[in-house]
Amino acid sequence: MHTLTQLPRRLVLTLGLGLPALLVGLHAACTPSHPQSTFDTLGPVAKSQVDLFYIIFWVGMVVLVLVTGVLLYTAIRFRRRPGDGDPEQIHGHTKLEIAWTIIPSLILVVVAVPSVITIFDNANSPLPPEEGGLTIEAKGYQWWFEFTYLDHGIVTANELHIPVGEPVNVLLQSDDVIHSFWIPKVAGKVDMVPNNDNWMWIQADEPGAYYGQCAEFCGESHANMRFKVIAQPRAEFDAWLQAQAQDALIPSDDLAREGEALFMSREGGCFACHTIEGSARARGTTGPNLTHFASRGDFAGSIMENTQENLRKWLQDPQTMKPGNVMARDGGVYNGSLAALTEPQVSALVAYLRSLK
Amino acid sequence: MTTLSFSIPRPTHPTGVWAWITTIDHKRIGILYGVTAFIMFLIGGVEALLMRTQLTTSGLDIVSPEIFNQLFTMHGTTMIFLAIMPMGAAFFNFVIPLQIGARDVAFPRLNAFSYWTFLAGAIVLNLSWFMGGAPNAGWFGYSPITGETYNPGHGIDFWIVSLQILGIASLAAAFNFIVTIINMRAPGMTLDRMPLFTWMTFVTSFLLILAFPVITVALIELMFDRFYGTNFFFPAAGGNPVLWQHLFWVFGHPEVYILILPAMGIISEILPTFSRKPLFGYPVVVLSGIIIGFMGWMVWSHHMFTVGLGPIANSVFTITTMAIAVPTGVKIFNWLGTMWKGSISFPTPMLFALGFIVTFTIGGISGVMHSQAASDAQQQDTYFIIAHIHYVLFGGSIFALLAGVYYWFPKITGRMYDEALGKLSFWLTFIAFNITFFPMHFTGLDGMPRRIYSYDAVFGWDFWNMISTGGSFMLAGGILIFTINIVRGWTSGRKASGDPWDARTLEWSIASPPPEYNFEEIPTVHDRDDWWARKRKRVAEPVPVGGGSDEAEHSIHLPQPSYWPIVVSIGLLIGGYGLIYSIALAAIGGAISLFAIYAWSFEPVNDPEEDSGH
Repeated sequence: MHTLTQLPRRLVLTLGLGLPALLVGLHAACTPSHPQSTFDTLGPVAKSQVDLFYIIFWVGMVVLVLVTGVLLYTAIRFRRRPGDGDPEQIHGHTKLEIAWTIIPSLILVVVAVPSVITIFDNANSPLPPEEGGLTIEAKGYQWWFEFTYLDHGIVTANELHIPVGEPVNVLLQSDDVIHSFWIPKVAGKVDMVPNNDNWMWIQADEPGAYYGQCAEFCGESHANMRFKVIAQPRAEFDAWLQAQAQDALIPSDDLAREGEALFMSREGGCFACHTIEGSARARGTTGPNLTHFASRGDFAGSIMENTQENLRKWLQDPQTMKPGNVMARDGGVYNGSLAALTEPQVSALVAYLRSLK
Repeated sequence: MTTLSFSIPRPTHPTGVWAWITTIDHKRIGILYGVTAFIMFLIGGVEALLMRTQLTTSGLDIVSPEIFNQLFTMHGTTMIFLAIMPMGAAFFNFVIPLQIGARDVAFPRLNAFSYWTFLAGAIVLNLSWFMGGAPNAGWFGYSPITGETYNPGHGIDFWIVSLQILGIASLAAAFNFIVTIINMRAPGMTLDRMPLFTWMTFVTSFLLILAFPVITVALIELMFDRFYGTNFFFPAAGGNPVLWQHLFWVFGHPEVYILILPAMGIISEILPTFSRKPLFGYPVVVLSGIIIGFMGWMVWSHHMFTVGLGPIANSVFTITTMAIAVPTGVKIFNWLGTMWKGSISFPTPMLFALGFIVTFTIGGISGVMHSQAASDAQQQDTYFIIAHIHYVLFGGSIFALLAGVYYWFPKITGRMYDEALGKLSFWLTFIAFNITFFPMHFTGLDGMPRRIYSYDAVFGWDFWNMISTGGSFMLAGGILIFTINIVRGWTSGRKASGDPWDARTLEWSIASPPPEYNFEEIPTVHDRDDWWARKRKRVAEPVPVGGGSDEAEHSIHLPQPSYWPIVVSIGLLIGGYGLIYSIALAAIGGAISLFAIYAWSFEPVNDPEEDSGH
């Protein structure tokens, strides 16, 4: 029968193609054009995690090659040939069975050592808050992140600024559903669970913007809940802190002032949910703090670049850009309880928001 | 007093649809389970294809985010509760009484009740599609997103009620199989002669009766939160969402073994048959199955490594999770030992069994990868985990179940499937499976989270997603060929003998399909692979090849069909639906079930047409 001889060849082919495909894929996952690759790490936490991964990976590869190798060899070597009688009815081999219980156990005991060490290292910040480490409160909302710099009185959204090369403590919280805080190149995720504060520490070793994403399913726009970590040299970071601690700028041009008036009016209603520092009226905390909105590179859960055009689209139709979002649901100008924004009104709001440097 | 209301006689010799509705024959119930589960498997597959289509490339808008969330919730729930578990139950039903030399299960009517209740649960769950939207919070239903505040529709209610109904079905079946396996074995079939599939079903049944009460409690609490405003899980009122996660995974992890242990049992039947050798290290394989079942209770928090349980808890669960790899590895090595020095042939069931070993090993290794709490922080909730669960549940459970379908097909139907088409279905399924799911390891490690309805081109995930989607349609092709093969074989395949594989266990000692009473004479078991030994020793024991004589049929006492199991289940269906929409309806459903249980208890034992001298 042709199938008897063809089977092993086909199996060899399948597996022969499988392993190179694995390497190609790993290579692709390592190239720098992949902003959330867990291999291309730029911080000690992510580095320790990928190092641990490689240990298990290679042990696993040895096991896989062994098992498939023995399987293939056995299938070829002991295939039934015409005229074969019954093989010897072997029921087992005690020593062999003891060996293949003990040896994997020993390997796992060895692996457990770096494994447990890494768990504790990553759980314990090298510079905890009580020793003066920088502490930032990160809070997940459906579907954006809020960052509060407790010692500096700064509240911002979607962009987490940190100093390069320093451990930063992050207090993770949520007031609605469970989210998860994840910056693949910097550190693995830790969940943000209502009523259960979590701590993690992160450190970025090179300046740059790192992608982060919510990793726990959190509702309709879970996919649209992202953020960025902006790692800056200490001096730049201090300057940023100082700038963010200021009250909002007072708009100078007419269109922006018109926008501000609309923002603060019942007709627009924006003030009810957003805070603008320096304004007595805009103290809402349902939505992101917009005091220095124009200084941010992205908005709306970091799914859009902060450009005039994107902002206009967002203000016209937030529901399409981020399905289910609270502003589209509860904002009077969007849910029909107030008159919808007119084109000139949108332009005025865009001008105002873009003036909030 | 009771005789007045409950003198409704049992159905006598029903035919056609009624024969199926009132059947309590374990073989027919097995077929009902199998066919229903397979239809559910196809529905779950279509849900998967829709998701894969949406994710083909970045930024597609084929299904809305809300529908996408419903799809992945229903895909997971369907595949686990309505496809893999009942497919396992199909084999428990059909095969186990035959393997242990029994004429039926211990409680035949309860068995019918299990099936109809499973069907009721499946109907309730899928009704949600037409009643304002399916559940949308994932098969794990993490609180608080399942709370009324974030989920005001009825989707979650359908999910809760259907899982409770399915739980009743599973518990009834599990008790039934435990009692059957303990009490109904043929003389001489000691525990250390019991076939591996029966053993693994035995272990699985214990897992079921211990695991389901936990999810039942969790679901009752969630139901109270939603229906009556309690605050078990609702954080704003001081409830704790982490409590739900513990309850869910204390159930959820043993559930994983509920899905894989029967699969391991099937593999342990097929490999010896086609290697023509006994299972290598039988006691070790049985023991490792028991150990896996036991240790399955000690690893639940590895689903919660990122929840913030602290480094001590994470270290403990890392170590217990790694430890469970040992008995699993031992099984794999013993399977290889079974083939070693065998005389191996490669018909379709054997191909699926070998495919199982390869894919399940890959899934096991990726399992050890994320047993590491520290590095799992990078893998948790990414496509890497999706790759892993599909390697163990599709490459593992489903491959084994498909192997089982091909293996027992001649026994169940009395006909042969087409071998060439079978081999084609294996190779297409095996290759397409790997094309679909292997790339998910890459996208996951490349930072792609699960459960996102869309992604941005900037992440560089397009290429492997396109490959996965292509693979998923090929995979659908493989399943289509399987379906065609089964339907054609069943309707027009050539007749199969009682023992087409020269197999080893008792079910092959009787005709295909087995007569209603299974064994004309209950066999006496002398060996572990008793049928093989009997054939080789040429022990002159009667081997019925045909349908048995009329005389035999009359002298064998068989349980008779009953109307009541399905009526109880219909009551549960109505009552479950009523829980969601109207208390009055719930009361009516409850009353129907209660009445039917009462009638069931007083159902006359014997067919009035027959002599009741037994």
